[in-house]
Amino acid sequence: MSTADDPVTAESRGGGSASERGEADPEGPASVPAVPPGTGTGTPTGRAAAGCASADLAGGCGGRRSGLRADLRLLGSEILLHLVRRRNWAGVGVLLSVPIIIAVCVRLASDGATDGPGPVFLASVTDNGLFVALVSLSMEMPLFLPLAIATISADAIAGEANTGTLRYLLTVPVHRTRLLIVKYLAVVVAFAGALLLVAVVGVVVGVSLFGGGQLTTLSGTQISFGAGLWRLALVCLYIEMCFVAFGAIGMFVSTLTEQPIGAVIATVAVAMVSQILDTVPQLDGVHAYLPTHHWMAYVDLLRDPFTTMSIRPGILSALAYAAIFLSAAWARFGDKDVTC
Amino acid sequence: MNRARGACSAGGEVSGGYAVRTHRLTKRFRSGQVAVNSVDLAVPRGCVYGFLGPNGSGKTTTIRMLLGLIRPTAGGHELLGMPMPGQAGRVLPAVGSLVEGPAFHPYLSGPANLRRLDAADRTADPRTTGRRIAAALDRVGLSAAGNKRYRNYSLGMRQRLAIAAALLRPRELLVLDEPTNGLDPQGTREVRSLVTRLSQEGVTVLLSTHLLSEVEQVCTHVGVMRAGSLITQSSLVHLRGSTGTRLRVETSRPEAASAVLIEHGLDGVVQDRDGVLAELGSNEPETLVPALVRADVPVRGFACVRPTLEDLFVSLTGEGFDVDG
Repeated sequence: MSTADDPVTAESRGGGSASERGEADPEGPASVPAVPPGTGTGTPTGRAAAGCASADLAGGCGGRRSGLRADLRLLGSEILLHLVRRRNWAGVGVLLSVPIIIAVCVRLASDGATDGPGPVFLASVTDNGLFVALVSLSMEMPLFLPLAIATISADAIAGEANTGTLRYLLTVPVHRTRLLIVKYLAVVVAFAGALLLVAVVGVVVGVSLFGGGQLTTLSGTQISFGAGLWRLALVCLYIEMCFVAFGAIGMFVSTLTEQPIGAVIATVAVAMVSQILDTVPQLDGVHAYLPTHHWMAYVDLLRDPFTTMSIRPGILSALAYAAIFLSAAWARFGDKDVTC
Repeated sequence: MNRARGACSAGGEVSGGYAVRTHRLTKRFRSGQVAVNSVDLAVPRGCVYGFLGPNGSGKTTTIRMLLGLIRPTAGGHELLGMPMPGQAGRVLPAVGSLVEGPAFHPYLSGPANLRRLDAADRTADPRTTGRRIAAALDRVGLSAAGNKRYRNYSLGMRQRLAIAAALLRPRELLVLDEPTNGLDPQGTREVRSLVTRLSQEGVTVLLSTHLLSEVEQVCTHVGVMRAGSLITQSSLVHLRGSTGTRLRVETSRPEAASAVLIEHGLDGVVQDRDGVLAELGSNEPETLVPALVRADVPVRGFACVRPTLEDLFVSLTGEGFDVDG
């Protein structure tokens, strides 16, 4: 162990005013010592600051840019945590295997899969490589994508609780609302990354095996390859929105337990049950309210001109699910006794 | 900052205020069990407060409430003079803690774990992160661990990393729950000297521990929990003073010895086969030896026995370190 006058202790003599300057001016003194009791306005805290934490992320809250920077720093740390986990890369590997397998299999079966039943777009794969990405996304939609979003969202709080790191995060301190928001944003970014990888790998493999060029829409018209790429981007955006909204359910489940595996299974089960209920004709009346019901609506984005008839309720449903379950997660987590 | 070292040396009034103050702090779990019952903790600034109690006596639950991890069902508390949990965002950056053992991400290295904690602290300056992490690791003797993943750390290294995390920022209060758990004797000594040094720098330390020797060596104040209640709390000097030194005379003529001691006004004189035991009170031991000799008492042994902390502890809790139901 070192001598008594190392930087850790040297900083502790920084005094109160330095801390205040550090708060107000991001270019202030290099050391931002502990906030002294009873002086200054300091960092807003308590439940009253809940709105401020979220406003900070949007750049608001009195233009406190240093606060925004700190939140981005935590977000970066969260995303890094997603990136260093081998589990996540294994999951990405599974997601990426789908476009590769589809493209290779269709290519090897030289007469193509133009006839007979199969997933949407499978017949079009040989026409245009872009469809490899689309067919992969549609094939991954029932299980792989729900599994992916459940793994990262349901692990968010329960995982930290399970390793015990949650108590140390909260005593740093990280306000619970801020932690929930940052964790959710990290889930949004991580899932977008996975989706983007599937799309890019699908396009690259598809175009290299089947070529690009003009693309036939579901309405039978032809659009340029560039326009096709835009359609694919819109599809990805819509899927991202649907699944990120579903991830809100995962976040809520995550606040209920300290067992991440259990939370992930429960979240996947919600997706499965919802999809099963969606196929029961007798439940026609509730189909539109199921969290998975609107996922397939993205095919409307591949019509020409594309219609938003089924996209719009999909967006509304996603917003409603996100709002309801993030609020529930916030209410639950804000009051929770952290005893692990 | 008001760092009143003087607050600690004396056993009486506190001049520098309290680093920790609880008011009838109570936690009743949903099961109906009262884990912490109306505890009034008072930790003067600058002192090293030994928080003692058998397993299951409510120490950790109290510490969790202090840090805002769990909500009290009744009562409240202040840290560094500010109400908790309302002012948590302002107070906790000045509080380093080690609660119920170390906990880090197993697949990150030690420094990466510290960087993560620092990234979570919105009041920390990212430009000094590297320097502060290096200094904290150096302080706990972990500099050599390098970039080994946390999962490959030994228990002692994990414990050290947790202490390093508590020292990542300059602190005014350290809440250390059994900091020497899992450390070898060398590590235990290092942590003790670290606590002493931090205290000399003006940091208040709340040290929850099972090791009475640890308390005797580093603490200035003690609080003893039993079955959810704080049964005693005072400075160590005061606690020691409240139970007097006892005198032990070993002799073949216990009756003669006890007669002399009673004559000199000693209380609680008890004879046994090998000698006499008595409360020394305000008597000076050096005047008693010649008196005994003059009375022809063959003195084989003469000792002033100060009660050990363990004796005190047992007399307070009525038992040793057993688990409370």
